[in-house]
Amino acid sequence: MPEQFIWGMEVFLNGLMAGVLYALVALGFVLIFKASGIFNFAQGVLALFAALTLVGIMEGRVPFAHLINATFGTEIHHFGWHVPALLAILLTMVVMVVLAWAVNQFIFRHLVGQEPIILFMATIGLAYFLEGFGDMMWGSDIKKLDVGLPQGVNSVIDEVTYNIFGYGFFIDNLDLWATLVAALLVVALVIFAQFSKHGRAMRAVADDHQAALSVGISLKFIWVMVWSLAGFVALVAGIMWGTKSGVQFSLSLIALKALPVLMLGGFTSIPGAIVGGLIIGVGEKLFEFTIGAPYLGGATEIWFAYVLALVFLVFRPQGLFGEKIIERV
Amino acid sequence: MKDMDADSYTTEDGRRIGGVVMEMRNITLRFGGVVAIKDISFDIREGEIRAIIGPNGAGKSSMLNVISGFYNPQEGEVYYKGERRPPMKPYQVAQQGIARTFQNIALFEGMTVLDNVMTGRIRQMSSGLLAQAIWKGKAEREEVANREQVEKIIDFLEIQHIRKTPVGRLPYGLKKRVELARALAAEPSILLLDEPMAGMNVEEKEDMSRFILDVNDEFGSTIALIEHDMGVVMDLSDRVVVMDYGKKIGDGTPDEVRNNQAVIDAYLGVAHD
Repeated sequence: MPEQFIWGMEVFLNGLMAGVLYALVALGFVLIFKASGIFNFAQGVLALFAALTLVGIMEGRVPFAHLINATFGTEIHHFGWHVPALLAILLTMVVMVVLAWAVNQFIFRHLVGQEPIILFMATIGLAYFLEGFGDMMWGSDIKKLDVGLPQGVNSVIDEVTYNIFGYGFFIDNLDLWATLVAALLVVALVIFAQFSKHGRAMRAVADDHQAALSVGISLKFIWVMVWSLAGFVALVAGIMWGTKSGVQFSLSLIALKALPVLMLGGFTSIPGAIVGGLIIGVGEKLFEFTIGAPYLGGATEIWFAYVLALVFLVFRPQGLFGEKIIERV
Repeated sequence: MKDMDADSYTTEDGRRIGGVVMEMRNITLRFGGVVAIKDISFDIREGEIRAIIGPNGAGKSSMLNVISGFYNPQEGEVYYKGERRPPMKPYQVAQQGIARTFQNIALFEGMTVLDNVMTGRIRQMSSGLLAQAIWKGKAEREEVANREQVEKIIDFLEIQHIRKTPVGRLPYGLKKRVELARALAAEPSILLLDEPMAGMNVEEKEDMSRFILDVNDEFGSTIALIEHDMGVVMDLSDRVVVMDYGKKIGDGTPDEVRNNQAVIDAYLGVAHD
């Protein structure tokens, strides 16, 4: 049994770190939902698009190469240079800010005051547009992303745990980094939202548009800022997931994993997204390990998160940390 | 006797009223075929309490919304600090120093009283996005300085005890006061109050009147307010514009307006033909 327990601990730790990655995606959802009431279905595709752009810039790929070649009969694919990872990340961020501006300018500016379901449909349209646009821009082949994050088993943890338990834990370096980055990101976002002028303005816009206007807050500015922030979070998530499993279409599907995280944590809470992510990550790994694999034939990770979220919905619809609606009668 | 044409004068209770800070010239506002405001002109002087009164549906709120940029009139001009104001978005008007409250209160319900009032300071905070994200030096000093100013206003309006309370939990009268505090925090050139006493009981009305007078006295704020309760307005204001059916039917000191036949008719309900 102690052997089982030790394995369980390893599963638990790996679950925690998978959870952090889920939380990263969920964070993007929360940011946009908080500030504009839009449930952004495109968040996953945003991560895919960010990762595609990052790879494209790093490898010096020519954007729209296929289109250009087909039109002009040329054969160009690469500029022939390589951009250092850090610079490429910065350039990708610039692209994401431009994208944020365009999304607001061409779509959501025209939908102010519409029903949430209309806004939601718009994000579905945006998701598929971005997917096609990303493919057209950078090609649909599976790309390898390497920004220099360490990968593979962490030998220190392996050694230490081997000395203690007689069994070395397999913890991926990349997961450790992802955890660290996500933790920093969350702390920064919370501080920004709670204690800065623009963070306060963001919360104000989320609360009441008319009142926000009357104190001199430009809705347009805040929305572009929020979409940029969501783009930034998507970029971070894209880097982590892209490094882990390659930059490809399936990256956009991680957004679906963020849904149960949101149901658990609440759509409006940044800490909720983190805790929700951790619970889902740990929950599905432990369930698979203790019950799923031995008794249910495995592969329970596919549905466990959703069922857990469903149970949560029944007992606590606003999520763990969601805002309870305060209303005087 | 007050001389309206002089650039500035001193009231009987010793407050100094300056020159014209805002002037509305021949404003006409239509919604489709409905004329909400018809060819109205008036001005607001620095440091005065200027009331716009009239029965329900007279177009008072529309006028306030024109001043604060929520509506743009089809005809007429708005002059602010001597310059003609082009059509603007509400947030731009706010950034120019015109703060307002709303008849049915537009506060950030999920945020604390303190945070609500702090949003009023947005115009005074200039540090950039990046500086704030990093939260250093200037941004921090700015936050602290603004916080001090805000605390002063909170003390002044006697809402210290609810500073950390989410606004959604407050009773109506206090919400009105928080909204006033938020508008005041902007240190506005003109403070617009949309029916500040609406829905209040007598005691709350007295409190609010006192606060409005104190604010005007202490901060020298120029205040333009809308009310349909004539009694309250007459005690409060230096000059009054009276509207009825979208037209201006009177303009002057409370005494002048009180004795104006058209005003008396409008309030006593003489049939319009």
